[in-house]
Amino acid sequence: MATAPASSAPHAPLAREQLLRAYRTMKTIREFEERLHVEIQTGEIPGFTHLYAGQEAVAVGVCEHLSDRDYIVSTHRGHGHCLAKGCDVQGMMYEIYGRAAGLCKGKGGSMHIADVTKGMLGANAIVGGGPPLAVGAAIACRNRKDGTVSVAFGGDGSANQGTVFEAMNMAVVLKVPALFVFENNGYSEHTGADYAVGSKDIAGRARGFGMPAEKCDGSDFFAVYEAFGRLCAHARAGGGPATLEPVITRYYGHFEGDPQLYRAKDEVKRLRETMDCLKKFRARVEGEGWLKASDLDPIDEQVLAQIDVAVKSARSAPPAPESEVTTDVYATY
Amino acid sequence: MAQMTMRDAINAALHLEMARDPRVIVLGEDVSGGAGGTSGNREASGGIFGVTKGLWPLYGDERVIDTPISESAIVGAAAGAALAGLRPVAELMFADFVGVCMDQIFNQAAKFRYMFGGKSSCPVVIRAAMGAGMNMGAQHSQTIYPFITAVPGIKVVVPSNAYDAKGLMLQALRDDDPVMFFEHKALYPRKGEVPDGDYTIPFGEAALVREGEHVTVVALARMVPFAEKAIDLLAKEGITCDLIDPRTTSPLDEETILESVENTGRLVVVDESPPRCSVASDIAGIVASKGFHALKAPIVQVTAPHAPVPFARELERAYVPGPQKIETAIRQVLKD
Repeated sequence: MATAPASSAPHAPLAREQLLRAYRTMKTIREFEERLHVEIQTGEIPGFTHLYAGQEAVAVGVCEHLSDRDYIVSTHRGHGHCLAKGCDVQGMMYEIYGRAAGLCKGKGGSMHIADVTKGMLGANAIVGGGPPLAVGAAIACRNRKDGTVSVAFGGDGSANQGTVFEAMNMAVVLKVPALFVFENNGYSEHTGADYAVGSKDIAGRARGFGMPAEKCDGSDFFAVYEAFGRLCAHARAGGGPATLEPVITRYYGHFEGDPQLYRAKDEVKRLRETMDCLKKFRARVEGEGWLKASDLDPIDEQVLAQIDVAVKSARSAPPAPESEVTTDVYATY
Repeated sequence: MAQMTMRDAINAALHLEMARDPRVIVLGEDVSGGAGGTSGNREASGGIFGVTKGLWPLYGDERVIDTPISESAIVGAAAGAALAGLRPVAELMFADFVGVCMDQIFNQAAKFRYMFGGKSSCPVVIRAAMGAGMNMGAQHSQTIYPFITAVPGIKVVVPSNAYDAKGLMLQALRDDDPVMFFEHKALYPRKGEVPDGDYTIPFGEAALVREGEHVTVVALARMVPFAEKAIDLLAKEGITCDLIDPRTTSPLDEETILESVENTGRLVVVDESPPRCSVASDIAGIVASKGFHALKAPIVQVTAPHAPVPFARELERAYVPGPQKIETAIRQVLKD
């Protein structure tokens, strides 16, 4: 873990630069998603979009421990993981708009953003599709013996998929550095996790597979950062896989356009007030004297401007050309 | 050149490539066998059919990985390891088990390159034993290559003999795309001439197994030796056939088939799979649409019936297309 330089108050768990970067990344994810929520209503963005707003502290709390040499696999709700792992904001926005300049040339879209050079092995539109892949990447990490790790993000819904059980067991059997992060946002699509997760305890299930597991407040960046830090150190040291279950909420529906009739009236409004990771982060770092409001306010402005540029550029960018329909199917054929 | 079984030929290819390329790993159920348990015999099987034998003693747990019975995790882990720079060979044991891991094959491995805009490779080889002939019943005897052939993004190999199997496996191991490699169980013990060294057979290049002038016969995997029998018998009557073994169903060497039909004007396609949406119907469709002008008679398809593979010896024998059915089909296409 990085030590705080002299400019920070004592006991800050992260260096000042890291705190600033974490805040900037969380804010970028938030504004990226809030803006998409608005822009989707114009009808310009094709397809299905699942927003990550509300869960930012999880992606950033985890990815602050990772370098480009570590791997992640993500989910249908993947924008936050992509941004936290270093995918380019503009490249992602182009991709979501289906533009030729998109990270995946407009062939992937919101649910399939990837950047292998950043260790981001893809958002994945099949719930439970990612964890087996993460175990494979973890085999590569283990064989390289360089202390790298592989992280599978998933939701509470994925915790009920058989593929995930297979992946967790295999990770334990092979003792590979795979980390499973189950973001329990309370809903598997339109169904409550308290209904669909039989034991109501995903971390407990993970322990049943024979790996250490922790549960934490997913709206508290520091809780995620510290819990994942412990588990990640365990995996990097050759101790095998581990699981984190951050308990969190999503601000928007399963997909954009979901009226969320399964949620209590004012539930989201209340959670935005009491469980907002950005508000909590600010309160903590300002309260502890690690950062000042004057450190963070400019970041807010810069991020808003960056997202505005990204959207405007994406709106006017040329679409993916028809000639691309049949390219990239194979390396050779 | 040595006489070698198809099992040993594939094994030789794996040995060659694991020695040459440290990125190659093998994973699956019992690929060495004997992990855990009480006998202490660490390489207890070397694969249920012995195809991976001798690899574990050389390369150990890191590169020869015995897995739990978890086909989705096996194929998924192989695909994930491929994205992370390795060249994994996943063994599915029986091709029928595609049913429990199809997502990892067709939604994951096959689609990464495309979905990610050509910026990633998933060089994974998925090996699976297929086919009827050993009375293993409906869930251990299918030839399911048509399902995979229909999927863009993955290549499909169906060798019919030891020589091809080694060259095609070496090609598969060096290919930058996902490859599904179907090994017919009944062909494992069949011997053929196999060179010792390194050679590859390119995908999408059919083999012309017999040359003739009256009928074009296209056959796959175990149907190739069956077709040879039928064709050699008919040759005594002066009926001669081109016998084409496509060797890979994706990519498919349409050109060789169409050229042959251009010369013979008559086509028999032999496929061990049931008839609907089969490789037989696919090839028949291609020839009907691109080579119709050359056809002198309706195309004849020799396939298994639209039924699961039965268990009893007599039933299974009746189910699988054999030399006699192929002979009858050739005679029929000449009559029309």
